[in-house]
Amino acid sequence: MKPANMHLQAAPHLPRTPLLEVRNLRKHYVTPAGMFGKSGRVVQAVEDVSFSLATGETLSLVGESGCGKTTTGKSVLRLIEPTSGSISMEGEELLGLSAKEMRLRRQDMQIIFQDPYASLNPRMRAGDIVAEPMRNFRAQNQSSTKSEVDKLAWLFSKVGLRPETMKKYAYEFSGGQRQRLGIARALSLNPKLIVCDEPVSALDVSVQAQVINLLMDLQQEFGIAYLFVAHDLAVVRHISHRVAVMYLGKIVELTDRDTLFSRPLHPYTQILLSAVPQPNPKVKATRQVLRGDPPSPANPPSGCRFHTRCPQAQAICKEKDPELSTRSDGHWVACHLQ
Amino acid sequence: MISRVNSSTDMSGQLSHQVPLLEIDQLSIHFDTISGTVRSVNGVCYTLHAGETLGVVGESGCGKSVTALSIMRLIPMPPGRFAGGAIRYNGVDLLTLSEKEMRKIRGNRISMIFQDPMSSLNPVMTIGVQIAETIMLHQKLSKKEALLRATDMLRLVQIAEPERRVNEYPYQLSGGMRQRVMIALALACNPEVLIADEPTTALDVTIQAQIIELLKDLQEKLGMGVIMITHDLGVVAETCDRVVVMYAGRKVEEASTEDLFARPLHPYTRALMASMPAMNAAVEGRLLEIPGMVAASHELIRGCAFAGRCSYAVERCKQETPPLTEAGNVGHLVACFRWQDIAQQAAPAALVAPPVSPQYDFTGARS
Repeated sequence: MKPANMHLQAAPHLPRTPLLEVRNLRKHYVTPAGMFGKSGRVVQAVEDVSFSLATGETLSLVGESGCGKTTTGKSVLRLIEPTSGSISMEGEELLGLSAKEMRLRRQDMQIIFQDPYASLNPRMRAGDIVAEPMRNFRAQNQSSTKSEVDKLAWLFSKVGLRPETMKKYAYEFSGGQRQRLGIARALSLNPKLIVCDEPVSALDVSVQAQVINLLMDLQQEFGIAYLFVAHDLAVVRHISHRVAVMYLGKIVELTDRDTLFSRPLHPYTQILLSAVPQPNPKVKATRQVLRGDPPSPANPPSGCRFHTRCPQAQAICKEKDPELSTRSDGHWVACHLQ
Repeated sequence: MISRVNSSTDMSGQLSHQVPLLEIDQLSIHFDTISGTVRSVNGVCYTLHAGETLGVVGESGCGKSVTALSIMRLIPMPPGRFAGGAIRYNGVDLLTLSEKEMRKIRGNRISMIFQDPMSSLNPVMTIGVQIAETIMLHQKLSKKEALLRATDMLRLVQIAEPERRVNEYPYQLSGGMRQRVMIALALACNPEVLIADEPTTALDVTIQAQIIELLKDLQEKLGMGVIMITHDLGVVAETCDRVVVMYAGRKVEEASTEDLFARPLHPYTRALMASMPAMNAAVEGRLLEIPGMVAASHELIRGCAFAGRCSYAVERCKQETPPLTEAGNVGHLVACFRWQDIAQQAAPAALVAPPVSPQYDFTGARS
C-alpha cells in the first residue's frame, strides 16, 4: 500500500527547472471569406496562454468545450501550428524548428488521444502499433529487431497487457485495453512529456480507474510530465499537481491543485467547481447555474471575456481585460475583483 | 383498492400502496446473433410511480439502455426478442399491444430523451416543425396551433427568444440548447413517463448543471415519473429518489438513494463507488480497480455474474445465482449471498467524508 499523497512528492507545485515553458501562445483561425466578399472572421481559439511544466509534474488544462484546452495541448507538440508565442522544451525554442528537427524533438514529447477507437490503425497488429514510433527513429536508437521484441514485451507488461496479445488487431481489444495500447505507444520512446488529451473520458468508471492508476504509476516510475487536458474535474483533482482553468481561449486561474479545489478565486472557477454533481445525497447542491452558453470565440466580449456571464461583474470588467497576475505563492488569477 | 398484480410490487417497498405507473416485471431480452444468443436483460424488475425519479445505474453493456428502449418498444426484432416478462403501463402489458396501439403511447404517454441530441434531431427540419409534428400526430391541432404550442414548449425549457428559435435548424443551436429541444420534444404531449437515457453525458459540466436543474424543475411542475439512466453517481445522488444498480443484464441492488449511498451492499455497487475519483480529499493515491472485465453476455453465466471480479466471492457464488433479498431497510434489495458480512463493513471512504468545500459563497466573500 502506497502512502497517500505519495505521487505529490515527485514534484513540488512550483517548478524548479521547467521542462516545458509556454509563453504568450496564440492560435487564431481565419474562417474562409464568404462568397459575396464578406471578409473572413478570426477565431481566437487560444489567446495569450503562458504556463510552465516541470519534470514529473502533471498540469491539467480544464474548461468547457471550445475553451481552447485541446488546441493548447496540440500546439505544444506543433500538431497544430501556433500563430505566435514561444514554446521551449528544456530551453530549446520549438517554434523556429524545421519540420525535420521538430520530428526528432517529438521523441521526447508524445500524445495520448481521447478516442481509443479512432486513434489506433485497425489494419495493424497491436505489436506493430506500439513498435511504430521506435521503428521511425531506429537510426537514432540503433536498436536491433531482437531488442525491439524485448522492449515491446516490456512495454506491454508495463501497461498491464499480456505480451502474447501483440499479434492481435486493435478491434480484438476492449476500450480500456486500447487506451493501454495508446499509452504503450506513447511510452515506447521514453518521452519526458506526454500530452494526455482526455485520455479517460471515453471509458467506463471502473476501467477509467485502471487507466488513471496506470498513468500515475508510470509518472512515479519514469518521471514523465503530463499536460493533462480534461473536462472531468474529479479526475483532474485526482491526478494533477497544478491546474489551469481556461475560458474562451484564456487561462483565468492557475494554481496548485489543493488551492484551486479548496479556495478558488476566479468566479468562473467557483461556478465550474460547484456545477459538479456530488455523489452524496446528503449534500444539497448550492450552485449558481450559469445562464446561457459560452460566447463565440470569433467574437469574444470586450474586457474580461467572462463578464457577460459573471454574477459579480462590475463596470470595469466590461472595459478592461484583467491580466493573469499572481496573488499569493503561485496562485495566478485573471480577475479585477480578486 | 386494486389488487397488486405481482410480487415485484411488494418488493419495491416505498410507495407500494399505490398502483405503479410503470412496472417492469421479470423482463428478459435476448438478441440472436451469429456468435450465439446475447442475454442483454435477464429477469429485470423495477417499478416507477408518478412524480418519482428512478435512477438506473451501470456500465456499458449492463442492459440499462436496452431495458429502456424495450419500454418504448424500440428494440429491432429480429435480432432482438422478448424472452419473458412484462412491461405494464397503468396495468396494460405493452408487449401485447399492436404497433398501431403502441404508437398512441410512444412519444405521447411515454417519452424518451436520448444521449446525443445532434443525431436524434432531424437536421433538415426546423425545430419548431419537429415539435409540431409530434403534437399533431397525437392531438387534433392545426399546424398553426401546433407551432404555437411548440413555441410554448421552447419557453418551458427556458430557451431564450423562443419565437425566433422555433424557426431555426438544429445546427444553429449549441449542444445544451439542442438537449433542451430534445426535452421540449419529449414533453410536448405531456407524458406520464419520461425516460432520460444519459441526458447529460455529452454535455459540459456547466451545461449539465443547467439541464439537471431544468429536469428537476419540470418534474415538479408536471409531476411525471422519470427514469434516469446514467453511469454518473453524482447525477444519481442529485436527482433520483430511488436507484437500481444493474450488472451484466441483472438488477443487483435497489434502494432509496440515501440508503444506497449510506449503506451500499452489493460488492459491485461498492466497487463502483470506490473506483470513482472524488471532488474531496478522501481518496488519494491509487483508485480502487475492479479487476478483469464484464463476462461476455453470450456466455451462459453460472452463478453470480460478478463473482470472477469480486473480492468477497466464495465457492457458492460460482455455483448459484444469488436471488434478490430484502436487506434490512424497507425497499433495499440486494442480490448477494454475503450482504450481511458486507453490511458490517464501512461504506467507501469517498462517500463518508464530507466534501472539502462544496459551498461557495457567491456573494464574493470567501470563508
